[in-house]
Amino acid sequence: MLPQGYEDWLRHKADNEVNKYQVKVLEDGRRIQKESEKIKVGDVVEVEEDETFPCDLILLQSSRDDDTCFVTTASLDGESNHKTHYTVPDIEKDLESLNATIECEQPQPDLYKFVGRMHIDKNDQEPAVRSLGPENLLLKGATLKNTQKIYGVAVYTGMETKMALNYQGKSQKRSAVEKSINAFLLVYLCILVSKALVCTTLKYVWQSKDGQDEPWYNEKTQREKDTNLYLKMFTDFLSFMVLFNFIIPVSMYVTVEMQKFLGSFFITWDKDFFDPEIQEGALVNTSDLNEELGQVEYVFTDKTGTLTQNNMEFIECCIDGFQYKYRDASSELDGFCVTDGPVSKLQQKAGREKEELFLRALCLCHTVQVKESTDQGQSQQDGLIDQVDGLEVDAGLFHPPQEQRGFIASSPDEVALVKGAMRYGFTFLGLESKTMKILNRNNDVEMYELLHVLNFDPVRRRMSVIVRSKSGDTLLFCKGADSSIFPRVRQEEVERIRMHVERNATEGYRTLCVAYKILSAEEYAQADAGLRDARLALQDREEKLMTVYNQVETGMSLIGATAVEDRLQEEAAETMEALQGAGIKVWVLTGDKMETAKSTCYACRLFQRNTELLELTVRTLEDGERSREVRLHELLLEYHKKAVQDAPPVKAGVNRSWSSAGQDYGFIIDGATLSMVLNNSPESNSSRYKNLFLQICQNCTSVLCCRMAPLQKAQIVKMVKNSKGSPITLSIGDGANDVSMILEAHVGIGIKGKEGRQAVRNSDYAVPKLKHLKKLLLAHGHLYYVRIAHLVQYFFYKNLCFILPQFLYQFFCGYSQQPLYDAAYLTMYNICFTSMPILAYSLLEQHICIEVLLDNATLYREIAKNAVLRWGTFLYWTVLGVFHGLLFFFGVRFLFSNPALQDNGQVFGNWSYGTIVFTVLVFTVTLKLALDTRHWTWINHFVIWGSLAFYVFFSFFWGGIIWPFLRQQRLYFVFANMLSSVSAWLVIILLILLSLLPEILLVVFRKPRGPHARQKKMVQSSVGGHQSPRSSARPLLMRTFSDESNTVI
Amino acid sequence: MMASSYNAKEEDGHHSGASSHGAAGAVKSKKPDNTAFKQQRLPAWQPILTAGTVLPAFFVIGLIFIPIGIGLFVSSNNIKEFQIDYTGVDISSPCYSCAKNFSWNSTTPCVCYVPFTLNQSFESNVFMYYGLSNFYQNHRRYVKSRDDSQLNGDRSALTNPSKECEPYRTSDGLPIAPCGAIANSLFNDTLELYHIDSNGTSNPIPLAKKGIAWWTDKHVKFRNPGGNNNLSVAFHGTNKPVNWRNPVYELDPSDPENNGFINEDFIVWMRTAALPTFRKLYRIIQKKPNTTPTLPSGKYLLTITYNYPVLSFDGRKRMILSTISWMGGKNPFLGIAYITVGSICFFLGVVLLIIHHKYDTRNNSADIPN
Repeated sequence: MLPQGYEDWLRHKADNEVNKYQVKVLEDGRRIQKESEKIKVGDVVEVEEDETFPCDLILLQSSRDDDTCFVTTASLDGESNHKTHYTVPDIEKDLESLNATIECEQPQPDLYKFVGRMHIDKNDQEPAVRSLGPENLLLKGATLKNTQKIYGVAVYTGMETKMALNYQGKSQKRSAVEKSINAFLLVYLCILVSKALVCTTLKYVWQSKDGQDEPWYNEKTQREKDTNLYLKMFTDFLSFMVLFNFIIPVSMYVTVEMQKFLGSFFITWDKDFFDPEIQEGALVNTSDLNEELGQVEYVFTDKTGTLTQNNMEFIECCIDGFQYKYRDASSELDGFCVTDGPVSKLQQKAGREKEELFLRALCLCHTVQVKESTDQGQSQQDGLIDQVDGLEVDAGLFHPPQEQRGFIASSPDEVALVKGAMRYGFTFLGLESKTMKILNRNNDVEMYELLHVLNFDPVRRRMSVIVRSKSGDTLLFCKGADSSIFPRVRQEEVERIRMHVERNATEGYRTLCVAYKILSAEEYAQADAGLRDARLALQDREEKLMTVYNQVETGMSLIGATAVEDRLQEEAAETMEALQGAGIKVWVLTGDKMETAKSTCYACRLFQRNTELLELTVRTLEDGERSREVRLHELLLEYHKKAVQDAPPVKAGVNRSWSSAGQDYGFIIDGATLSMVLNNSPESNSSRYKNLFLQICQNCTSVLCCRMAPLQKAQIVKMVKNSKGSPITLSIGDGANDVSMILEAHVGIGIKGKEGRQAVRNSDYAVPKLKHLKKLLLAHGHLYYVRIAHLVQYFFYKNLCFILPQFLYQFFCGYSQQPLYDAAYLTMYNICFTSMPILAYSLLEQHICIEVLLDNATLYREIAKNAVLRWGTFLYWTVLGVFHGLLFFFGVRFLFSNPALQDNGQVFGNWSYGTIVFTVLVFTVTLKLALDTRHWTWINHFVIWGSLAFYVFFSFFWGGIIWPFLRQQRLYFVFANMLSSVSAWLVIILLILLSLLPEILLVVFRKPRGPHARQKKMVQSSVGGHQSPRSSARPLLMRTFSDESNTVI
Repeated sequence: MMASSYNAKEEDGHHSGASSHGAAGAVKSKKPDNTAFKQQRLPAWQPILTAGTVLPAFFVIGLIFIPIGIGLFVSSNNIKEFQIDYTGVDISSPCYSCAKNFSWNSTTPCVCYVPFTLNQSFESNVFMYYGLSNFYQNHRRYVKSRDDSQLNGDRSALTNPSKECEPYRTSDGLPIAPCGAIANSLFNDTLELYHIDSNGTSNPIPLAKKGIAWWTDKHVKFRNPGGNNNLSVAFHGTNKPVNWRNPVYELDPSDPENNGFINEDFIVWMRTAALPTFRKLYRIIQKKPNTTPTLPSGKYLLTITYNYPVLSFDGRKRMILSTISWMGGKNPFLGIAYITVGSICFFLGVVLLIIHHKYDTRNNSADIPN
């Protein structure tokens, strides 16, 4: 509760900051201060530089001359670049006289879509209509940059803003441990109710005997006599429930919460998760899932930015069939082209004209912005280079640097391309009021008027710009994935380039093709009109735009291709190997091309050389003449036979790739085929396909799903999540396209990568690099699971043996609900006497030390499938609790057959009885924990011995004073008197020892097979046999333009 | 008892050496502190229980427990205890008529005489208990039916007792002192003991009534309402419990210091028993300074003023004479338990030794091929 309270308080503070800050609103020509929560739709709001927008605004007026303003949406989608937004075109400068009506669509969460229309009423004129698009809309949460002041009219406020609509409350994720707890709780609830029922029944049986119900010495009050019998029975039942309610460990929930809350700090504190490059460590968004990290059976990983670095570097390009390789590139890269045939052409050059055209295309066809700090000199003093541009420095080597130039773009590919062009002498200077400036090889500045940007989108997988050069030519430059460019260019040009593209692709580079087209005046006029029309459309704007785009982007001529390298993440292969060794199945879900993804999988050693690949893609489906469905059916059956039926029976978790128990299978499927498998709705066998598919996948060591749409990624995760045995799934990704699968999986991990913070914000845990996953799962996950599992079992145990004597006592006190322990002991037991040792244990225990866990991934399998919280172990703890409870009660019971226990003949009463039982209890459960503790830090020593000392101290203190606020001084000197009796000492020692005896025996008998004996050897062997990792920096991947976020064929 | 290895992990900065230098730049870094606690590298003692380490412990426990057990058992057996049931259920019992004709309203006390013979002489101090059976002093309604503030001499509680005392809170409109069911049911049989010597004369045995209650109860927890030495004045305005014959300040006519709430019989009774069969200390027969036994073997007569009815709830009353040892009254349980546990430990020690031995050889032979 405390952590939630703390989080709530923080939230409340944040709420007030957001809801109550002052904004300036124009009303009747005056400027009024208003609290931000009071803004109404239609208010004209003034926002100054570096302020965030209080609601969604339509930009009316900007202090900049070119009617633009810059915003950063870092807090919305994590993109830290400056985005340009435009005022509504042709609008009066005097806002006071502006009289207009805005029509816009219903609020919807898509940040990048907005459709609206503005009717401007001018006096005695027909209202002018202006179309409004996302470029006119300033989103709540975004920050105004590089612009002194803007005015905008509020269109969506409060919960209707896009930011609020996007903030869907994450569905509560519950861990498997919590489900176990609830199951156990149900058992204990049954025990509780049955105890109460037994006692109530026996009470009335007992009372029916003569003279027992109301002997002369113990008469009932008048009220009790008057009460209805059945009502009395009911209240008796309830009293028993109250008496025994401690068996339900309410305090466990508090302790579990504390453990999770505090325990998550160890993840954030872990310096191994700290990445010096981004100066950040791990981030824990949900502390509820710590232990789930130890239970993962399936890992779904994104490829780009996760397995690979998403740190693009321009490697080479191909212009008109000739290869250009940047010679100053670091030597390791050169190694690659040695064996390549076409390298010999390196010296040959394409015509200078073509070359320059290609480079101009690279310089123009993008949406990159030059970081303004250098151009405008506004914030020259902070020489911080934007993080997007980490590699900027070496670009300056080639071209004499005038200044440090920073590029900002939403996609790192674009930056890489622009920088690549810079290496060859063409520098993009920036975009100023629709004019793009390029510094060419001769150090001349070329100006191009930017007419249209045909934005990138995942379906087209390409983007274009239409520019007008100084000489008046209208040019269209287009770049995109080979598959989307080749059909749109003249076929005779394709072959020369295709060879390069394919070679680059197999080398693992991301390839893009560049094409251009000269638009004639008519063509341009037509395109221009089409684009304007489409942009103005209120309905189906997207479709209309798409049609126009497709019309324009035809008949182009191909000028070249680029190859950009995306390196593997550090230690990606080792991490994947460790995960597989831990018995975790790794699935790669990517939007990328199959070839690229496959080479990544090989590079990460997810597929080995001897892995037999089962392919289920559009290509394999189109093999024969038969229809896709038939072929799909055939292939599924064939693979199923291969992978499932013929495979040797799977020994749970023992078979592993390198243990070479048999043939390894890798499975490859693409998005289109997947949707056929999953959505084959009309036919009855769709669920059968799904089952076949699932079974095949589960028998493969790794699965690669390429060409996935974000939603399909989530679909896959969901399918596995809901399959038999409901395995625990983990998704890891870095981009916005991974959010759906991160949210869907049991545990979502975000990589603090370059594609914004969306994944991080939606994840449960965020780490800077993929390699951190290994420690997160193998060490932290393992330890947290063992800790919390032990915590849970221990709590049930200690409350069972706490309450069982009290239950047994009812048989000796006429079922009268007489508590055995004093009220103070009852309440303090869980709060003070026994809570701290287990909390310390659950935070600090390392039954196997972290290094060993990291070295032996197989140890992870020992706790797989909730091993410590199965019914078997639960039964063991319950039996132990019952045994202890019986021992405590009857041990003292036999002692009290003669209550004269002091050497002066004086007798002990019922409170002494309870105190002796309680003392034995506190010592036994604490020492039991001490026996279980494998890792004694000073904190453990302190809390364990401190708790016992505190118990003794408290008992003296509580019994040593006549408390004025108490009606009954039950324990007055009871504890001290107890200690003055030798018999009491002896029985306490005896019972503690006897209780722990079976435990010690078990430990002794179990130990020879336990992990410790084996550990030492395994450490040595694993150190010796550790394969030296092949360089994971080897670029084996390619990625084509589209990739991220989108699939679609 | 445990094989232990101190595993003090050194602070290693090697892993992050490079990064820590880089991080200490202009930006205030969020780099986690490299402290042993935060990195979960606190030096730790990692005990490992093995057969070899536990083995000696078992032998030690066995060797300690068995002598203690024997000592306990012997001293328990040396305790002399004599019990006599004087309830008067049986028609042949001397107290039969008293039990049968019991009436709350009778003014003349019914006295019965129970003769008995001690076969052994009781040497040291003898403690005289009364025992009750099937008397639920630990019944919840009963246990809470008291007011400790009143018993501690609190004046406001004296005149306004706790609600818990119902239905023994007031009588005839006056508050009851002491209130509650426990006080109301104070055991009020009077037991006297006579030694019948060889020539038939009965000599009363002096019974000490001091020191039967816990010292702290007598001197701190229980106090008479203050301010007045005259207890009848101090208790003015209160009524005696309904079942009592005398008010609280006349509980012990023989000793004015033993009256009111600090009457030791009363205090002993107020300490509610743990089980429905219990005994409470009644009197102490001090050992005479000379060498004669406290209670020589021979004939005795127990005189009972029978005031306390137990037959209505099928209860029993006993008189118990017992000597006391360092471990308290006679109770063979502890001795037997200690001997048993000690033997089990010893036995387990032997078994473990065998297992350990066998395992070790197996382990060694398995190691050789490696």
